[in-house]
Amino acid sequence: MATMPEDLLVLDINAEEVKKELLSKYPTKVARKRAKQIVVNQVDPGGVVPEIAVNVRTIPGIISQRGCTYAGCKGVVLGPTRDIVNITHGPIGCGFYSWLTRRNQTKPPGPEDHNFMTYCFSTDMQDEQIIFGGEKKLRQAIQEAYDLFKPKAIGLFATCPVGLIGDDVHAVAREMKEKLGDCNVFAFSCEGYKGVSQSAGHHIANNGIFTHVVGLDDTVKAGEFKINMLGEYNIGGDAFEIERLFEDCGVTLISTFSGNSSYEYFANSHTADLNLIMCHRSINYVAEMMETKFGIPWVKVNFIGAGATAKSLRKIAGYFENLELTARVEEVIAREMPAVEKVREIVAARCQGKRAMLFVGGSRAHHYQELFREIGMETIAAGYEFAHRDDYEGRRVLPSIKVDADSRNIEELHVEPDPERYRPRLAPEGIARLEQAGIELSGYEGMMAEMASGALVIDDISQFETEKLIEIYRPDIICAGIKEKYAIQKSGVPMKQLHSYDSGGPYAGFRGAINFYREIDRMVNSKVWKYLKAPWQENPELAAKYVWE
Amino acid sequence: MRKVAIYGKGGIGKSTTTQNTVAGLAEMGRKVMVVGCDPKADSTRLLLGGLAQKSVLDTLREEGEDVDLEDIRRTGFSGVVCVESGGPEPGVGCAGRGIITSINLLEQLGAYADSEHLDYAFYDVLGDVVCGGFAMPIREGKAKEIYIVVSGEMMAMYAANNICKGIVKFAEAGGVRLGGLICNSRKVDNELEMVEAMAAKTWKSCSLSMGWRVEQEEVSP
Repeated sequence: MATMPEDLLVLDINAEEVKKELLSKYPTKVARKRAKQIVVNQVDPGGVVPEIAVNVRTIPGIISQRGCTYAGCKGVVLGPTRDIVNITHGPIGCGFYSWLTRRNQTKPPGPEDHNFMTYCFSTDMQDEQIIFGGEKKLRQAIQEAYDLFKPKAIGLFATCPVGLIGDDVHAVAREMKEKLGDCNVFAFSCEGYKGVSQSAGHHIANNGIFTHVVGLDDTVKAGEFKINMLGEYNIGGDAFEIERLFEDCGVTLISTFSGNSSYEYFANSHTADLNLIMCHRSINYVAEMMETKFGIPWVKVNFIGAGATAKSLRKIAGYFENLELTARVEEVIAREMPAVEKVREIVAARCQGKRAMLFVGGSRAHHYQELFREIGMETIAAGYEFAHRDDYEGRRVLPSIKVDADSRNIEELHVEPDPERYRPRLAPEGIARLEQAGIELSGYEGMMAEMASGALVIDDISQFETEKLIEIYRPDIICAGIKEKYAIQKSGVPMKQLHSYDSGGPYAGFRGAINFYREIDRMVNSKVWKYLKAPWQENPELAAKYVWE
Repeated sequence: MRKVAIYGKGGIGKSTTTQNTVAGLAEMGRKVMVVGCDPKADSTRLLLGGLAQKSVLDTLREEGEDVDLEDIRRTGFSGVVCVESGGPEPGVGCAGRGIITSINLLEQLGAYADSEHLDYAFYDVLGDVVCGGFAMPIREGKAKEIYIVVSGEMMAMYAANNICKGIVKFAEAGGVRLGGLICNSRKVDNELEMVEAMAAKTWKSCSLSMGWRVEQEEVSP
């Protein structure tokens, strides 16, 4: 019979030796650069971790996991908002391949309410627009979309050729906004080639929404505990599960950026009293700007993992310092946990000791380690595609991050307190009190502090390195994206997509945790992998040879 | 067929030089086609007697893909075939991509086919070669000979030198060669000596396979 991958697992692999082996195939210059991006984790008692080089350009020729700035702006951040008509100004492929590929879900309040997510809007640039400029066609597209759908807002997204030929998308947006009167039109200079990864696109998108939308609607909604959820994109219905918990706890969600969101939620988001940050990478700067401009404090949360979810809910209750809220949160946790525990115990018995690798996103590689831990699986290697040093090493390194030319390309907004809307939610003694209660405001320790010493941390991993790691470690599962999926499966290792969740989800919150436990159990304990070689290739039942004489 | 491209600093007299040369060749009985590669579309003005004709790109825009060769060609002085590539107005779009599109179209429509019996095809290209599109006439063996119009003025010689650098790149990849420098005199002191010195140096650094020559033409203003 074929041997299971477990048999090949070599225990006590020296991570430094693995690093050396990964680098040995590279030319000197490449190896020198990659050596700084591959780090063997070492957490000292103060929580200080080694420095890692990240957010730098991928070396040409290396097969990277990264996406482009346009993908980050249009696909990731604005994609999940249902009632903004997002028009891609460019050749049709950019629009088509960023059309619902992330499995963002949305639930309009009624059948009459706008939902444009199932549509794909593009100017379909042709040779003629490249040569003579595409502004005219863009204006036509805006008018057409407006006439057909009467949206509240239209977003314009620049693709690479637009940047090259110099179409002024912002001028077109201003002009059309004035012309249409009751439709907010804004543009994003998110040409694919800008920045080193999709992270630049997130930044451009968030800056745009902050500039053009946040603060437009001052209506104060009912609700005692008003929050925003930042950096949650409702993949596979994650946001629905989190919203259910908020509702049960009596927490009012003003706006999510941007899972299951609408334009009006963004416009009203400055009336919330607390910002929760889920994906630190894609949106921490929005929380900072909202704190400066409107006085809303922020805390880092994580709703991936049952334990993490409970912890995050308690953090919210702790922030509002309200006994009733605390009691309700405890009630919800007590109500949800038994079902989680029941499945967890069964799954953990089968998954205990198995090993995972996560190379995904700007926060998922961190958050999902929690879920794996809950079923007894350890993460032996992890890394982000597009994160910055603070996502790895924690916000303590922020002052020492070098700003290079690529980061300077991305606009930093200068924000000041809003003369009318600025209202600090916490007095200094309140901040001190929260600190004493162990509620950290504006803090994030990063991924590495929560990983085992000796684990490998690899930024912007290449396909070659992935294959090499599989060969050396034979992990029980790897989590990454669609581009990596089939190469990993081909080598006989189960692979779970954590961008689109394959066709699964939700994985957030308590019910999400149950889904994930079951999914991972199904994948790592499947017998299918031993049939990678057909049985007759391993064990011929009949051996014979032809006789020709 | 000899395919010739004329480059040089803006305003140096490329179009005038080209059209006078072409007129001369036509009078000698040669069949010549001039392709103006400048968004301003003024490379064939003299040959057509001041007629600003409809450019390839305008036609393409109005007629769609279904364009006839006769829609974009005009016959000018002494039977010279005149084509203007055209392009966007200043400040919008990509003129370089326009040149690429229109030369491709000319090829598709058979403007260079043997049946046209052309002896010469001339490309008159806009000022500095600012991007890949303006190098199109010297890429993939479209034009084999390059002549640069120059004068004794510093900026004209500087532009000529830059264009030579571009040619070296394409000379290594394909069959294009620098034919020579054409001096359109601006009555600068020591003009001939300076241009001759430049030609000599260019000759050395480019290691050209063809001969070079310095011509002095008097072109009436």
